[in-house]
Amino acid sequence: MFRDYLLLAVQSIRHRKVRSWLTMLGIVIGIAAVVSLISLGEGLRQAITGQFATLGTDRLIVQPAGAGFGPPGSTAVKKLTEKDAREISRVNGVDRVAARLLRVAPVEFRDEQQFFFLASLPEDEHGRKLVIDTLQIAIAAGRMLKPGEKNKVVVGDSFASRQLFARNIRTGDILSILGRDVEVAGVMEKQGNIVGNEAILMNEDAMKSLLSIGDEIDMVAVQVVPGALPERVADAVARALRRSRNVEEGKEDFTVQTPLEAISTVNSILTVVQAVVVGIAAISLVVGGIGIMNTMYTAVLERKREIGIMKAVGARNRHILLLFVVESGLLGAVGGGTGILLGAGFGKAVTLVGSSLLGTDLLRAEISLGLVVGSVLFSFVVGTLSGLLPARQAALLNPVEAMRE
Amino acid sequence: MQDAIIKLEDVWKVYHMGRVEVQALRGLSLVIRKGEFVAIMGPSGSGKSTSVNMVGCLDVPSRGRILLDGKDISHLSESALAQIRGKKIGFIFQQFNLIGTLTALENVMLPMAFQDTSLSERKQRAMELLALVGLGDRMHHKPSELSGGQQQRVAIARALANEPEVILADEPTGNLDSQTGKMVMDFLRKLHKEQGTTIIMVTHDAYVARHADRIEHLRDGRIVKTDHQR
Repeated sequence: MFRDYLLLAVQSIRHRKVRSWLTMLGIVIGIAAVVSLISLGEGLRQAITGQFATLGTDRLIVQPAGAGFGPPGSTAVKKLTEKDAREISRVNGVDRVAARLLRVAPVEFRDEQQFFFLASLPEDEHGRKLVIDTLQIAIAAGRMLKPGEKNKVVVGDSFASRQLFARNIRTGDILSILGRDVEVAGVMEKQGNIVGNEAILMNEDAMKSLLSIGDEIDMVAVQVVPGALPERVADAVARALRRSRNVEEGKEDFTVQTPLEAISTVNSILTVVQAVVVGIAAISLVVGGIGIMNTMYTAVLERKREIGIMKAVGARNRHILLLFVVESGLLGAVGGGTGILLGAGFGKAVTLVGSSLLGTDLLRAEISLGLVVGSVLFSFVVGTLSGLLPARQAALLNPVEAMRE
Repeated sequence: MQDAIIKLEDVWKVYHMGRVEVQALRGLSLVIRKGEFVAIMGPSGSGKSTSVNMVGCLDVPSRGRILLDGKDISHLSESALAQIRGKKIGFIFQQFNLIGTLTALENVMLPMAFQDTSLSERKQRAMELLALVGLGDRMHHKPSELSGGQQQRVAIARALANEPEVILADEPTGNLDSQTGKMVMDFLRKLHKEQGTTIIMVTHDAYVARHADRIEHLRDGRIVKTDHQR
């Protein structure tokens, strides 16, 4: 029986094509806005948290203050030094530490020069393992650097797959960094971490001599003793650094961050942004719902006679009610479906522009099944609710009076 | 004497139009027996339409009783009346009253949908009925693509959809030219003769009324004269 209502509704909607599309437009725009904004927000969230997630939860990151989410290094006022790293390694609850350098440097390949991140690999075995674990580095081609190797590097996946230079880099290729020729020993597997795919790994000593870096370091990765609470160890690390760097509490020139903290900060910011944006889009959905209600009231007036006829041939009140509710629900659902296609298309277009023109993975649409199903359901519900009152009016019509129209 | 299928006992219907009270029916009493072909005749304003509404269970009386198969339906809810109408009464209107967005076939299927008949059954029966009224080749046409006579035949097929006990025809030839009107009347006559369907026809046309077995003359909301023709 429901099929019949659907069929009748489809016929009536098709009979009034222009008006039906205009009616649905409100829902289409609202859902398109919701879908594109949520999917882009979700993509951004995944891209950002993906970077933190690779850190693991039992690790801390110590950075000079002011580094924030951006690349650490030369912008910081007071750098961290190897002395700080040693202080940290002595803190109770700290298992291993790895001092890391992360700098931007000009890289030349076949007379083409571009700027990329150079990241250091510690020379000692513990630190090396910590960094490799933390960044989840795996080799896709060639091999990993051996400790002490001076003129070898390992490059991120994008060098080998996304033509950062005129042609893709292969193992054995020679790059020139700040005028020094280095050989590509290996290529890393693709990472969720955006920076990682476009970074070049070098041994710490080689990087220091190449960039003339003294004892300063850009970041310290800390592995917490198994079973210790990362938050508590973070506090102890902060205390030790305050003492050694001679700063008061609250005026630290460094930050100690646990990955969970970082993720939750990003998440809460993104959630607020998404809520605001979706709230604005929801206004359009309400307006769309009112549009449907208006159309359905008009339809009831127009089809009074039809309603009377249906009642004469045996339609009961609930039949008429269902008929109109299904029609308005269908208006909502079709509007929602169209909106999803439009929103998804817009999201994908932004993704394409982001990756091909702007070269960023931060702008990408993540369209989940939940979002699609939720949007269709929601627009169906908006349509149905908007149609309820007009449908009730139709259902309660007296057949004799209705047919007199 | 055969069983009464519809019985109106001293039925009054009073409409309020603003402050004016209109007494459309003033003590109408009428008995329709199974298998009869009855014409209700009267000039305009005599209460013809109101009596159709009463006999067709489209409205309830202000006073008096209406018995359908011996059951008092005078106080039933609109939904309950709709169910009775759908099952027992087939309507044929002067204006044809087909649904414009539906094809002939779908129009005939519609009353069966409200009785929860299965789709395949509905379709088959609707096709048979359209073939019966000679429109087997016009099934997928919309009403706007059919002539008046064809539309009225679709309406007849629709009226027969749920195998009703009573066909209620309200000026069935009123909007048709005399030749098409005669065709429609011949069909109703045949239906009555061959299938024994009870037919109640309201008309102001004495010529059309002659097809009936019995003519009830309505004036000022009550029966004033009865003519038995055969």
